[in-house]
Amino acid sequence: MSAPAIPAPEITQARDQAQARDEAPGHRRGGWFVRITIVIIVLLWLIPTLGVLFTSFRPENLVNTSGWWTALAHPFRAAEWTLENYRLALDRGGLGNAFLNSLAVTIPSTVIPITIAAFAAYAFSWMEFRGRYVLFIVVVGLMVVPIQMTLIPLLRLFANGATIGRLIVFPDLDLNGTFMGIWLAHAGFGLPLAIYLLRSYIGSLPSSIIESAKIDGADHFTIFWRLVVPLSVPALAAFAIFQFLWVWNDLLVAYVFLGGTRQTMVLPIALAGLVGERGETWHLLTAAAFISMILPLIVFFSLQKYFVRGLTAGSVKG
Amino acid sequence: MSASGGSSEAATLTAPPSKPRALGVFILRLLVALAIPVAAFAVLWRTFDYMRDENANRLFVVGVAIVVGVGGVFFLYWAMNRIVELLPERYREGVRPYVFVGPALVILGVFLVYPVINTLLISLKDSTGASFVGLDNFKFVFTDESMLRAIRNTLGWTLVVPAVAVSIGLVFATLVDRLRRGEAVAKSLIFMPMAISFAGAAITWRLIYDFRPEGFGSNIGLLNAVWQGLGNQPVAWLQEAPWNNLLLMVIMVWMQTGFAMVVLSAAIKAIPEEITEAARIDGASEFQVFRRIIVPSIAPTIAVVATYMVINALKVFDIVFVIGGAETNKTEVIAERMIRWFFILNNSGRGAAIAVFLFVAIIPIMVWNMKRFREQEMIR
Repeated sequence: MSAPAIPAPEITQARDQAQARDEAPGHRRGGWFVRITIVIIVLLWLIPTLGVLFTSFRPENLVNTSGWWTALAHPFRAAEWTLENYRLALDRGGLGNAFLNSLAVTIPSTVIPITIAAFAAYAFSWMEFRGRYVLFIVVVGLMVVPIQMTLIPLLRLFANGATIGRLIVFPDLDLNGTFMGIWLAHAGFGLPLAIYLLRSYIGSLPSSIIESAKIDGADHFTIFWRLVVPLSVPALAAFAIFQFLWVWNDLLVAYVFLGGTRQTMVLPIALAGLVGERGETWHLLTAAAFISMILPLIVFFSLQKYFVRGLTAGSVKG
Repeated sequence: MSASGGSSEAATLTAPPSKPRALGVFILRLLVALAIPVAAFAVLWRTFDYMRDENANRLFVVGVAIVVGVGGVFFLYWAMNRIVELLPERYREGVRPYVFVGPALVILGVFLVYPVINTLLISLKDSTGASFVGLDNFKFVFTDESMLRAIRNTLGWTLVVPAVAVSIGLVFATLVDRLRRGEAVAKSLIFMPMAISFAGAAITWRLIYDFRPEGFGSNIGLLNAVWQGLGNQPVAWLQEAPWNNLLLMVIMVWMQTGFAMVVLSAAIKAIPEEITEAARIDGASEFQVFRRIIVPSIAPTIAVVATYMVINALKVFDIVFVIGGAETNKTEVIAERMIRWFFILNNSGRGAAIAVFLFVAIIPIMVWNMKRFREQEMIR
């Protein structure tokens, strides 16, 4: 799994405290050494992405004869730049199709496990039933089952779909069947962590809220839907972003359950295919790589604050 | 959704005007509740049938798939809750927990528990799974030259990646805390590679490591350009065993340092300023404050982040797979071997045995995780 096992609500009010602390007059400030070190590290981290970005906008013949950094010498010369690579990648490289497939795989693969995990996390936190503790330990234990451990039996299960039904057919790459198959597979792989994270969040909501709702006559479904879900938005959002990025970027599960045909391939598969079949066509590869990065980067930059907050400082504090 | 309606229905059921009529209503409702899922299933089935049509518009197919997938899961719980509300009240709260936990347990059972047991069995069978071969596949895991290299390389990944990523993350988090401006920007630029796929990152770094021999045009790979600028011959970096392994690890470090940095930064900000200030007044240098106060205070967080990265490094697959040529370049790792033996060489027995080995390697970390979880339970 790609998301970390950090119980969100541990650092209550950390953000506000941290802000006050950073603005306090006594807070230690760094000198030139600090600033230069930071700038160097940031540049080192940025250069690989910049290389892809610049290369993807350069014409094929220039890409193959000079390094991308040489374009920086004359950034305003029109002959140095082109959009042709993106047209090629989307069309001939099949990236446009792969983008749509990625959406069809990723969105349900994010919503399904979160919904299922939220219900289960609530039950593990606030409902009384036999085997509650043991079941939860088992679920948490499943967190470290490597996906490799499940692939062979699952593929066979999907292939001899008798028990599963006609919906999931493999290796006859039936589009819808395989979408359904990969949603459920991603749900299964994401559930242990999601339940673990959400339980530690939902379980730490003040019991007085739950108790008073019960006294007012609300049943568990009402409490869950009207009270716990709204209060848990930070944790739900944090996990949603993780799961979204994980599924969007996943190569292994898609490779196994969707395969590499042009019709069903998702973005990471398309990327790996371009490396394989075309070797060093950097103009195409870099454009394709950047197409695959666009959506996660947008999600990351637009929801980043929410995501870090959910991760570190989420709490019911109003 | 229907929660408030549910409680009013509960009221009518608990105070029935006459028993037979209440029973009739109950049965009617039960039938309706059962009919709705069946009807919905039929509709879904028809939709899938239609979507199987090759000529259907792709955008439409994708849109419908998303609506069906997202709507389906909400509908499942809504329908199940309706059914529960039709039960006599004294059973209702007894059944409800299983409605909440049930779907999770079913999915976990089918997609994790059953496959784990089955993989254990397959690992004892031959390449097609026809007959038992005892421990032959495990003998292969521990004797095959390429497998042994994979184990050694993976061990390297689990040591180098967490150590380097956590160190850089820790130093960066400590330093960035002292910036007057631009802390958020600097952090998000380091964190950004987390959003990129391993496949995308592998391509990104392949470009950096790109190699052309002397006389075959100028090197467009940044590393070789710098290397030549220093007066050396260009090097085929990805073929230089065993150092090429380190170059692949750099990719994972690049991707995961941001995560370590963000989590550690939050922990550092939670250290009370009075403590570090008091140490400074007592004459501690900045380095001493870092070593004697900051690092010990956030040691639990460091351990958590490092464990998470060890698990990730153990399971590394995409980077090696997309860079390619693992066998010729001697960069095999365990997870990559598993896929190779199962999918490309069609040997399910060996593939399963490698998976079991990976699983067993993860168990010690699992035990540690469980202990940590228990400790948390006690604090609560």
